[in-house]
This record gives sequence, structure tokens and C-alpha cells, in this order.
Amino acid sequence: MRKKLLSSLLALTMVVTMFAGCGGGSGTQTSGDSQAPSTTSAEKQEEVAATAEEGKVLNIYCWNEEFKSRVTAHYPGYSEVDATHGKIGDIDVVWNITPNKDNAYQNNLDETLLKQDSAAADDKIDIFLVEADYALKYVDTPYTMAVSDLGITDADLANQFQYTKDVVTDSNGVLKGLSWQGCPGALFYNREVAKEVLGTDDPAEVQKYLSDWDTFNKTAETMKAAGYYMTATVNDTYRTYSNNVSSKWVVDGKVVIDDNIMKWVEDSKKLVDGKMTGTADLWSDDWSAGFYPDGKVFCYFGPAWFINFSMAADVEGSIGYNGGWAATEGPQGFFWGGTWICAATGTDNVETIKDIMLKLTTDESIMKEIVVQDDDFVNNKPAMEAMAADTSYSSKVLGGQNPLAMYCAGAGKIDLSNLSAYDQGCNEEFQKAMKNYFEGNATLDEALDIFYKAVTEKYPDLSY
Amino acid sequence: MKKRSKAVRYNKWGYIFLIPFFLVYIVFQLIPLFTTIYNSFFENYRSGLTQIGPNFVGLENYKTLFSGGDIWQYAKNTMVMWLMCFIPQILLSLILGAWFSDVRLRLKGSRFFKTAIYLPNLIMASAFSMLFFTLFSEGGPINSLLLQIGLIDEPFKFFSHVWSSRSLIAFMNLLMWFGNTTILLMAGMMGIDTSLFEAAEVDGATSTQTFFKITLPLLRPILVYVMVTSLIGGLQMFDVPQILTDGSGEPMRSTMTLIMFLNKHLYSKNYGMAGALSVILFIITAILSLVVFKVTGNDKRKA
Amino acid sequence: MKKENGLKQGLGIHTRRTIAYVTLTIITFFCLFWFYVLFINATRSNGELQSGFTFIPSSHLLENWENLVTGTIPVWSGLINSLIVSTCSAALSVYFSTMTAYAIHAYDFKFKQQIFAFILMIMMIPTQVTALGFIKLVSNLKLEDSFIPLIVPTIAAPITFFYMKQYMDSTLPLSLIEAARIDGSGEIRTFNSIVLPLMKPAIAVQAIFTFVSSWNNYFTPALILHDEKKKTLPILIAQLRSADWLKFDMGQVYVMIAFSIFPIIIVYLLLSKHIVAGVALGSVKG
Repeated sequence: MRKKLLSSLLALTMVVTMFAGCGGGSGTQTSGDSQAPSTTSAEKQEEVAATAEEGKVLNIYCWNEEFKSRVTAHYPGYSEVDATHGKIGDIDVVWNITPNKDNAYQNNLDETLLKQDSAAADDKIDIFLVEADYALKYVDTPYTMAVSDLGITDADLANQFQYTKDVVTDSNGVLKGLSWQGCPGALFYNREVAKEVLGTDDPAEVQKYLSDWDTFNKTAETMKAAGYYMTATVNDTYRTYSNNVSSKWVVDGKVVIDDNIMKWVEDSKKLVDGKMTGTADLWSDDWSAGFYPDGKVFCYFGPAWFINFSMAADVEGSIGYNGGWAATEGPQGFFWGGTWICAATGTDNVETIKDIMLKLTTDESIMKEIVVQDDDFVNNKPAMEAMAADTSYSSKVLGGQNPLAMYCAGAGKIDLSNLSAYDQGCNEEFQKAMKNYFEGNATLDEALDIFYKAVTEKYPDLSY
Repeated sequence: MKKRSKAVRYNKWGYIFLIPFFLVYIVFQLIPLFTTIYNSFFENYRSGLTQIGPNFVGLENYKTLFSGGDIWQYAKNTMVMWLMCFIPQILLSLILGAWFSDVRLRLKGSRFFKTAIYLPNLIMASAFSMLFFTLFSEGGPINSLLLQIGLIDEPFKFFSHVWSSRSLIAFMNLLMWFGNTTILLMAGMMGIDTSLFEAAEVDGATSTQTFFKITLPLLRPILVYVMVTSLIGGLQMFDVPQILTDGSGEPMRSTMTLIMFLNKHLYSKNYGMAGALSVILFIITAILSLVVFKVTGNDKRKA
Repeated sequence: MKKENGLKQGLGIHTRRTIAYVTLTIITFFCLFWFYVLFINATRSNGELQSGFTFIPSSHLLENWENLVTGTIPVWSGLINSLIVSTCSAALSVYFSTMTAYAIHAYDFKFKQQIFAFILMIMMIPTQVTALGFIKLVSNLKLEDSFIPLIVPTIAAPITFFYMKQYMDSTLPLSLIEAARIDGSGEIRTFNSIVLPLMKPAIAVQAIFTFVSSWNNYFTPALILHDEKKKTLPILIAQLRSADWLKFDMGQVYVMIAFSIFPIIIVYLLLSKHIVAGVALGSVKG
């Protein structure tokens, strides 16, 4: 507990910086007006960039290799030099990959963005990637460029799913990022169990037992009586409830718990008490046990990538291996996952970024290529609808079903107008806090207290 | 007179030998340290990418820390889990050390045992906790074992109960660090003149007598070191509970340690609150360490 | 403790030996068990890992390994980087800590007590506190993507210093240094050729500790090293764990963890010899 501790602490806690900088003279500096690159200077820069030559270096910040492999495989003119370097024409592409474990990616990105103004042109961030949960943290600031300032028009983006734009639209309604992926979700149920308990495994019939939350919970009791868990854990349904809220997590600096989220708490408590579901974390062993028949789990919620790659479909004996799943819409629409491309204000590679964005997120032939080669669900309605109509396409894992039409319909229905910059922290802390309530370690009020405490620790500017 | 000046001439080397340490220390640690203390009197955090403050708030951060009373809960958690780990650890290490250094016991394969006990420390805490999760999950091997021998009727959720969570954290810390402590003590014991043990044996002293009359007193400086650094390490306990509870200190923050709490403030780069908490932590550590120094009678002026 | 020993007094040497062996065997089991679990997991595929733990190895070890080395993670350069950083950290840390301890132990000078007390005091400061400004400093000094900020700060390691000081108190007689001076040895030579060898067990102990903590350190390197060729093993493991769904493979993660443990085991075995060999030291004591 000593040396090790030291170093790991040293480590962990450097959850970054700025100590020296924030104290004393230099601190006042950062806190003042200089801390955000002013829009005027940004505009100036753009003009310059648009007319003048492109910068020599394109710096891309990301947390894994997904985007890099997409660019390498599908962006015409990109050639790889080594693991973190590439070339687009004369421009050197530099990949700055920081794992997202313990928030390292965002910490690194924050510090670099804050220095963006004073950084040398070749050191400035040009492109960075974000996920939906914290997109607004970056999008709703002057550090991210409007897509229209890159010269991309609404017409260019007409084929994208609306929700993918909602995620990266700032509080003034300005679109500031693009994604090549769509990640609409569906409910996957075990066909065997459906036949045994509900008497049918036809998606349309089964959907009747899952059409809304009350019906869903009634079915859970039927499942329980037959010896099955409805879901592996309460956290399976969380995303679906939280994607369908009618208010934001934070309104005027106050934390607000939406009714649909409270409904998740109520419903989940009943399910846990009735032993119809568990309380394990997603991705834990207890959660993934249901990928196999012995886990006795009726259904999971997930997007296309989930069923294709995450449910052990390649392992003999798993339900997916035997094509034992089927997809249906479930009680409410939701999405899970996705990566958005943002351009950093101050970039000197406007044209290159514009081209990358257009090629990877709007070019129909490239997008089809991505679907075919990478099994991604792409952010392009015509491409996906064509695939959905293709009768020769069917999913083995889903016992021959073609779920694409359902995903497409789902993607159209998702409404994400109620996102806030605090979603990541709120969602994480809420699920952790409620676990105490579900497991009987706390009353609802005590658990809510823990949640408020945790959220205000994370975001000291919030109150409740 | 001549001798004295010679001693002075030697003694200037004391300063010279101290230079590297202090040079590096001042550059890399001392300046940030002062800013920490300085920051504790300011409101100073990050909301997203927006910097709030620093605004001078006097003792407001300290007041906030104490007003909720939570800090005492976290201090208690930390001490409880540290003691749960430290007491078995020091006993085990002393016994092992005594066995290994006991000339009459002549343990065969002691080299192997000595080597084995430190090995768990080589595994990264994050990797170690992945293994712990696997073993102690509801459907994991520990639960199936307990079910099979009939100790429990349904899977026990180890991380959902206060005492089982604390015990697992203490157990994991114990596994990771008792080898470390044993090695420290052993290295200390190795330095003891073996002729002393032989003389004791000739005089007919029992192993117990030898241990208490010869080994322990001579080992005292190292023991003090072990106690003080364990205490400091214990108060700074962080990685194991942080990883095992995903930073939440569940259930109901009963495994939240002081540094985990500090880490929560670092998420928002809340240097005001983090600074205040650090200062408090430093004061607590200093007081407790002084107590240990006094109790063990380690007179540093002796040197 | 006392009671237990009192009990043992009455026991014969054979009984005591048996108790010792049984206890040691149990403890050793608990220590080595984790390596077995790690090995088992490294032999299983991602899908198999999701089905829960079993004690029987599977057949995917080579496949996982091949996926790892043919993937985009630079495993070998990670290994070399880790070796450089950890070796240099351990060497600098023990050498200069011993030197600092020797300064306090062997010389008499003004403010010596104050300096000693000061170092003890800074030892009690939660390390992360000073660490906060560290990254800022690193970026101001333009030392990102460099090993210097990972290695040089270990020169000022109060805890290692404290151990060295305590060890000297119990084993390094001042008369020995006097004798060296009479023989005409210079101060630096005395330190290097007489004191350092005497400190071998302590140096080995602290070298292991520093090496291991540096080897397993994730956070500092993660924030400083961004160039793929400069990254150390823990960062690469974290990167593997945050892979996208297409590439996410816990089998590879476990193989990589196992792979990154091997070198430290070897270093540990090499250094632990010195700890064990330290027995002979007693004879030099006056």
C-alpha cells in the first residue's frame, strides 16, 4: 500500500492539470476572457484558411482506432505511414489516441483545446471525436466549429438520420458535428423462450407482449413464473427510458429527474424485488451470462453492432451461435453508441476536414462500402433502406430475420432534443446510486441523496 | 582544532549529497504543493470547458467539507478498511519473517516461499480487480462453491453488502501488500548480525525469546518505517476500492475513502475543494504519524 | 501474537516446522492462484470469457496472441518503453535516495534535523496533491511524449529515502566510514564503493518496488505519452480495453496482461536474489 499507492495515486489524480496554472497569476489569466478562443479570431482564421493553403499537419484526437480504420479503409487518398501517422496528399495526419479509461481522453482533449488559441498551427487540434453522452460539453462551446462554416450545407446532410444531428446541435440550434454511424436499438429476445412461454416467436406477435412498459412488466411476471429472467439487469432498460425523456437533466443549473427516469426506478425496483431481473453492471459476467441458454434471460436491448459482435455469436453453445435471437421494437425507441466527428475551432485544414466529413458521412457509395465491409449501420437513409429491402440479406444470429427495416424505422423515431452537457455524469451516477435502492441498502430518498451528492461533486455549478 | 576543521570539511558533503534530491523535489513537487494550499482558499473549478474562478472565498471550502459531516464517514471507512488490512498483514509478515530468519527452523524451500509471497504485487490493480470480479460474481466460482457445500441458498452479492465489500477490498489489499511488508522486514532481519542469533542459541534461548529479545529491538527502525508508511499508504488508500466499486464507494458510500472523495473533486478540476481536502488529509496524516513516532519511540535526533 | 508464540514454545521443532509448512503452502496458494486464473483467461476467446469463469484452460492462447501481435497495438515497442522507464526510474530512485539518506546519516551539519524532519513531512503529503500541477509543468516544459517527466522525478522519493535512512540506522556503523576516511578514501568513493554495496538488500528491495510501481503506472504516462511508439504497456492495455465493438476482445486483453507481467517476474527474480543473499552482511557489522 505504499510505493504502488504513491504512483497509482500520483497517476490517477493527475486526472489532470492546471494546478499550477490555476493558482496565482497564471490562473487569473486562464479564467478570464482569454480562455475561449474568440469567435472573431476564429472567423478570421477560417477565412484565411479557406483562401490560403491548407496546414501541413492534421491532428486527430480520438480514444480508439475505429475512426482511423474507417479513414484508412474508405477515405480516398489516405495512406498509412505507421500506427499513428498517415498522409493525405501533402498533409501529415497525426492520430492522437488516448484511451477513455478514467476519463483520460477527455482530460487530454480539454487541456489541449484550452491551449488551442496559443498553440502553433501544426499543434492545433483539427479533428476530435466525441460520443453522445458528453457531446454537448464540447459542441456547446466556441471550441467546436459549425459544420456550415466548413462549407457543408443542409442539403449535403439530407440523408442523415435526424437524431444523429440532434446529438451535436448546440443550444443555438447550430450543427457542429457529423457521424457516419447510426446506432438505433431494438429488443432482442430468445426465440426458444418466447415459443415456450408466449407460444410464438414471431416478432410481430411477441411485440404485443412488449409494446409498452406496463405490458413489458406484466410479461416479466409471466417469464418469472416460467423460470426466466426478463432482462439480465435493470441497467439493460435504462438507456431506453432515458432516451425518451421530456426534460433535460439540467434546467437552469438545477438537476431535474425526468418522469420517465423515475418510472425506470419504480419499474426496476418491482422487477428486482420480484427477482425478475438482476442488478449487475453491463458488460459484467453476470450480465453476459444470458448470452447462453443457461443464463435464462429472455431479452436484451441493443443496436445492430451489439447483436453482431457482442453477444458471443461466434462461440459454440451460445444462443446467437444457434440463431436463437429475434429482434422487435420493444416498448420505446432508443440508440446506443456512435461516434461523432467535430472540427476544432482554429484548425488550418478546413478543406480537408470538410472533405473527410462529406466523404465518410454523406457519400452514398462509401457508406455502402462501410456497411458491407465493416457491418456498421451507417448514417444514410437511402443506403440503409436499400439494404432493408434486400430480401437476400438476413441475419444468422437472428435466425434469418432481416432487422434493418426495423432499425431504420427506429432511427427515424428517436427524439434527442433533451440532451444536456451533463448527461454522462448524470446517467452514470444515477444508475450507481439507484443500485443501492434496488438492492435494499437504502430507501429511495437516501439513494436520491447519494445521486445528488455525486452529481454536484462532479459538476459543482449544479444545485438541486 | 585541526580535527574539527577536517570534520567540517567532510560535513559539507552532507549538503552536496542533498542537492539532487532537493533540486528535483523543488522543481517537480514543491511549487505545485504551495499552489495546492493557496488554491484551497479559492473557488476554482471547471464546468465543461468553462473555467469558474479562481475567486477568493476564505475558509468556505473547508466549511463545505465539514458541514455535511460526510468527511468523517469517509475517514472512518478509510481507517476501518486500513485496519482490516494492516493488522493481519503486520502479524503475518512478522510471523513469516520470524520463520524465515529462525536458524533452527531451517525451512526447506524458503527461497521459493519468499519469492512467491511478493508475486501478487506484480499484477496491476486493475487487472487484479478484473480477476476478483470474475471470481466473486453472482454466477462465479466462489458462489457456485458456496452453493455446492450448502453454505448459502442463493448467490451472494459480494459487492452489495457493506462488510463483504469492505472485506474484499481489505483482502485484496492484503494480498497485494503483505509480501511487500514481509520483504521489507526480511531485508531488515538480513541485516542483523547472525552471530547474535548463534550466541543466543548457545545461551539456550528459545526461538520466541530470540525473536522478542534480539530480532524485534534490532528491527525497530524498519518496523517504524513499515508502520508509518503503511499508515500513510492506508490513509491514501485509493486504487483498489476505486476500481472495485467503479469510484462509487458502494454500497451507500461505505467503501468511499478520503482519496476517492478527493478524486471526485478532481473530475471537475475543482482545485478549491481538492486543495482544502488535501490540506486536511495532510494534517490528519501528520498527527497520526507523530503518534506512531512517539509510541514506537523512534528518536530521530539519535541519528 | 504473544499467545501464539507462547503456545509454540512448548511445541517441538518438528511440530513448528509442520505448522510453518502448512501455513506457507496455504499462503503460497493464495499468491499463485491469480496467475493461474490469468493464464486460464488468456487461453479463452472473448465469447468464452463472457460465459463466466471455468478452471479448465481453453485452446485460444496462440490465437489471442497472434491477434494481439498482428493487430495495431505496438506490443514490442511498448515492452521496450516500459523497460526503459522502469529501469531508469528504479536506478535513479535508489541511487539518489541512498545518497540523500547517507547525507543525513553520516554527516553533521547545520539544519540537518530540520531537513530530515522536512523530508519526513513531505512524505506525509498525499502525493496526488503535488501531482496535480505536474502535468501543467510538463506541458510548459514541452516534455510531452518524453520519458524525462516519468523518470527524473523519482530522484526525489521521500519514502525510499526514509527506508534507506532507517536501514542505515540499523546496519551501517559510522565507524566503518571513519575507517575508510583514514584509509584516504574520498567521500564520493566511500559512498559508491563502500556504502552502496553494504546497502545491497535495501537497494534491491526498493529497486523492486520502484520498478514495479513504475511498470504498472498508467495515469501519468497516459497523460504524457501520446505517440504510439512512446507508449508504455499499461496505456496499451487500456487502449485495448477501450477498443470499439468490432475489435473488442477480452482474450487479447488477458494475453497482453499476462505478457506484461512476465518481464517484471524476471526482474523480480533477479533482484530478489540480492535480498536473500543479504544474509552474509551481518558479518561486517561491528
